[in-house]
Amino acid sequence: MAVSKLFGASIKRREDPRLITGRATYTDDLRFPGLTFAQIVRSPHAHARIRRVDVDAARRHPGVVAVFTGKDLQGVINPIPTAWLIPNAELKTPPHPALAVDTVRYAGDGVAVVVAEDRFAARDAAALVRVDYEPLPAVVDQQKAMAPGAPQLHADVPNNLAFKWIIGNSEATAAAFKEAERDGIVLAQRFVNQRLIPNAMEPRAVVAQYNSGSGDLSVWYTTQNPHIARFVMSLVTGLPEHKIRIVAPEVGGGFGSKIPFYADEAIIAFCARATDRPVKWTEARQENYLATIHGRDHITDLEVAARRDGTITALRGRTWANLGAYLSTAAPGIPTILHGLMLTGCYTIPNIDYGVYGVFTNTTPVDAYRGAGRPEATYLIERIVDLVAAKLTLDPAEVRRKNFIPSGRFPYTIAAGLAYDSGNYGPALDRALEMTGYQRLREEQKRGPRNGKHLGIGLSTYVEICGLGPSPVVGSTGFQGGLWESAIVRLHPTAKATVFTGTSPHGQGEETTFAQIVADELGLPIDDIEVVHGDTAAVPMGWGTYGSRTTVVGGAAIALAARRVREKAAKIAAHLLEASVQDIVFDQGRFSVRGSPDRAKTIQEVTLQAYLAWNLPAGVEPALEESAFFDPTNFTFPFGAHVAVVEVDAGTGQVELKRYIAVDDCGRVINPLIVDGQVHGGVVQGIAQALYEGAAYGPDGQLLTGTMADYAVPKAHMFPMFETARTETPSPHNPLGVKGVGETGTIASTPAVVNAVVDALRPYGITHLDMPLTPERIWTAIHGKKRLGR
Amino acid sequence: MSGSGPRRPDGLLAWEWGEGGNIVKRSVTVTVNGVRHTHEVEPRLLLVHYVREVLGLTGTHVGCDTSNCGACTLLMNGKAVKSCTLLAVQADGASLQTIEGLAQDGKLHPIQEGFWEEHGLQCGFCTPGMIMATVDLLQRHPEPTDEQIRWGIEGNLCRCTGYQHIVNAIQHAARTMRAGSTKAGRSA
Ligand code: FES
Ligand code: FES
Repeated sequence: MAVSKLFGASIKRREDPRLITGRATYTDDLRFPGLTFAQIVRSPHAHARIRRVDVDAARRHPGVVAVFTGKDLQGVINPIPTAWLIPNAELKTPPHPALAVDTVRYAGDGVAVVVAEDRFAARDAAALVRVDYEPLPAVVDQQKAMAPGAPQLHADVPNNLAFKWIIGNSEATAAAFKEAERDGIVLAQRFVNQRLIPNAMEPRAVVAQYNSGSGDLSVWYTTQNPHIARFVMSLVTGLPEHKIRIVAPEVGGGFGSKIPFYADEAIIAFCARATDRPVKWTEARQENYLATIHGRDHITDLEVAARRDGTITALRGRTWANLGAYLSTAAPGIPTILHGLMLTGCYTIPNIDYGVYGVFTNTTPVDAYRGAGRPEATYLIERIVDLVAAKLTLDPAEVRRKNFIPSGRFPYTIAAGLAYDSGNYGPALDRALEMTGYQRLREEQKRGPRNGKHLGIGLSTYVEICGLGPSPVVGSTGFQGGLWESAIVRLHPTAKATVFTGTSPHGQGEETTFAQIVADELGLPIDDIEVVHGDTAAVPMGWGTYGSRTTVVGGAAIALAARRVREKAAKIAAHLLEASVQDIVFDQGRFSVRGSPDRAKTIQEVTLQAYLAWNLPAGVEPALEESAFFDPTNFTFPFGAHVAVVEVDAGTGQVELKRYIAVDDCGRVINPLIVDGQVHGGVVQGIAQALYEGAAYGPDGQLLTGTMADYAVPKAHMFPMFETARTETPSPHNPLGVKGVGETGTIASTPAVVNAVVDALRPYGITHLDMPLTPERIWTAIHGKKRLGR
Repeated sequence: MSGSGPRRPDGLLAWEWGEGGNIVKRSVTVTVNGVRHTHEVEPRLLLVHYVREVLGLTGTHVGCDTSNCGACTLLMNGKAVKSCTLLAVQADGASLQTIEGLAQDGKLHPIQEGFWEEHGLQCGFCTPGMIMATVDLLQRHPEPTDEQIRWGIEGNLCRCTGYQHIVNAIQHAARTMRAGSTKAGRSA
């Protein structure tokens, strides 16, 4: 189309009026006649045998409707499956019963469920369920779990090893290391990517209703992907898929934690069916910390080989990924496909030899948390590039430039086999350094600390894999689904439009961006367009919102469907205007005959005629509605350069983040305001990993950071105003040229901040510290070194 | 209701028990968004549950169980409080304002407008609490610095926005409200 009016415009979100007035409906806000409430009884032990579950007192409690245990679900509710069966990794998939029957494997594992007339009675009665546990030794550390003699979680999973996944060329890599030992450098470092708790502000909630007359199960719940949920719900409950409806009402953030199909939704569906009453379950926050997935939790030993000029020739390493007690929905794919394949980042590193051990431990299951595997990979590569620069006393910006994939070489196939779509890394870095005033800051740094405060500057040049993804490719990685997307664009007789998408946005603003796309494609006023998502009864199929795929794949499907609507409308317009369709031009909602602009029909007129169907061209069906199923031919690879500027107080170990500069390239931008919001939110989550957050377990498997008072969700005063900018390198693999931006901030910011802090600590001979970089850790590092006389 | 049964489990305090083992309910009268309500409630009922479950005003959210997140923030006698930290009985006689009562005559409050204009929300779950906390903040600091805003909302967590657009939203609101009050001052 000639003029694009809304693509690129920072228009206000249409989602907001309901959200700012308290009129949005989240799952816990739903009310039904006869609604009951469930409370799940969870194990306080990290590992124990269940000797006996006594529910008599709970059943007798006033207001209690029913109490069920693992035995009641046995044979009715199938084990909760994992959906990412990575190949060539000897993946073990031990059964995960929805409620434990004889063994609990983490503190938080469900053992029984109480259904009562109100949530308080349910809670009271849950406290009356007596479980006789025989505690077993627990293991929480993934390396200890693999050691001989460690407690074993599952039968048939020796050494708790869920999988062993290896990529690269070990011989070529060994040769590159030999060469570097002779006339280059070789460095080794252990990195810990600590466990994080996602902390979507809305805890998970489920409302299930079963109609015993019709056999229909309806489930409203906090999911990022209702159709996947329906698919799995059908497998788990044995109910046919067409009798299941899943609705994602307003969802209060997910960050990956609402992707999985949890045991809880199966339990609540079971309760609704067994009691013939609607059942609601809402997680308390402390329950969320135990029962909702965690993220990250890697230990990595990484080596790098480089020439003296800073050219990196090889990476070799092993990662121990803690998977928790069971395989969550996407768990096997996160530390492998989404992590290991991205290890070389935006560099031309030709040789890798990398392996990941996935390990069961007596902890909460680990799955996708914002970025999901890619932040861990970016952290490794961006830290190790800085270590190379420091060792060779080269500027970290120079080492990055030296190793960047040159812009002329895209599509570029990296050592791990992925083909990056497009990229232009140098200009993003240049822009970020220019915004930072990099040289000036380096000069300032040379003048030494001021008032005991050391200046540190940290860079991170990242690339991520997004827009998941081409279905045949994800299928070849063992993902048990497709990752295409569906769209329907339906014009009503009055030319108001309803757009249906298989994605399921929950804060990312696609009701607005998708309306922008359609408004441009069809020349409709944006207020005439409604975007519908998150209901399997309304949308034929879809794969949901995660992996920065919503706009890339879902938006593309919508654009294609809208273009089909336009083509059909053009045929009708041509017929009405007695012109040939080749002579019809479309501009801003008007079909006119080339050369005589006055012979024209508006999209509104054409739509009405399409519905009246009094005078349609031969072979054209009535109505105006088209669908599209878009499967991209490749992933997208957004990239960028971030810079953190910190001051570290040597006396207290306190880090002050002075400035943060983010230059991102997410291809074409539909709504800059929304893109900025995505970057800010992501950057804060990434910085929080660097400086504040970390889940901690005691050796007995008790979660020590078990409440929001103990886990450092960051607050507003911890951050400066971020300085953002963009470069624009369109993706060639979707009709919009977009690349996705939901995760970039989280991926880029963690290493930028750690690099800055380590840069500041250089005078103390410190080359690395593990996250989170708390004052205590920094102070101890500084003063520990001093005592050693360094 | 759960209070109507013959016996309650242990764990409740003796004073909550009445004849026959029932919890003694207490009467609570509150004015919420200008409407007076009287209910008999269990003394242990949290104010946030009263507002959400009894009054059906679900714009006030629950994001934690340790008074950290601020999603439950509403105004009690004009001051921002975390309604998960109060019992409903403690609000007896008070006047409450929730997010549902902020827009007047179909017109958004300037703070709501600010959040909309400046993209101060994403998933919206923290937003009602954030907005109600801002009402209090701007009463105390009509001309806040960014720093005062950031510290002023430290009791409210947002996992989505990274806070920057919230700061902008609150500045936007503060500007509108100052302009509004000068106008009102001049015309008075
Ligand atoms: S619900 Fe979190 S502070 Fe009240
Ligand atoms: S907008 Fe989602 S938590 Fe604030």
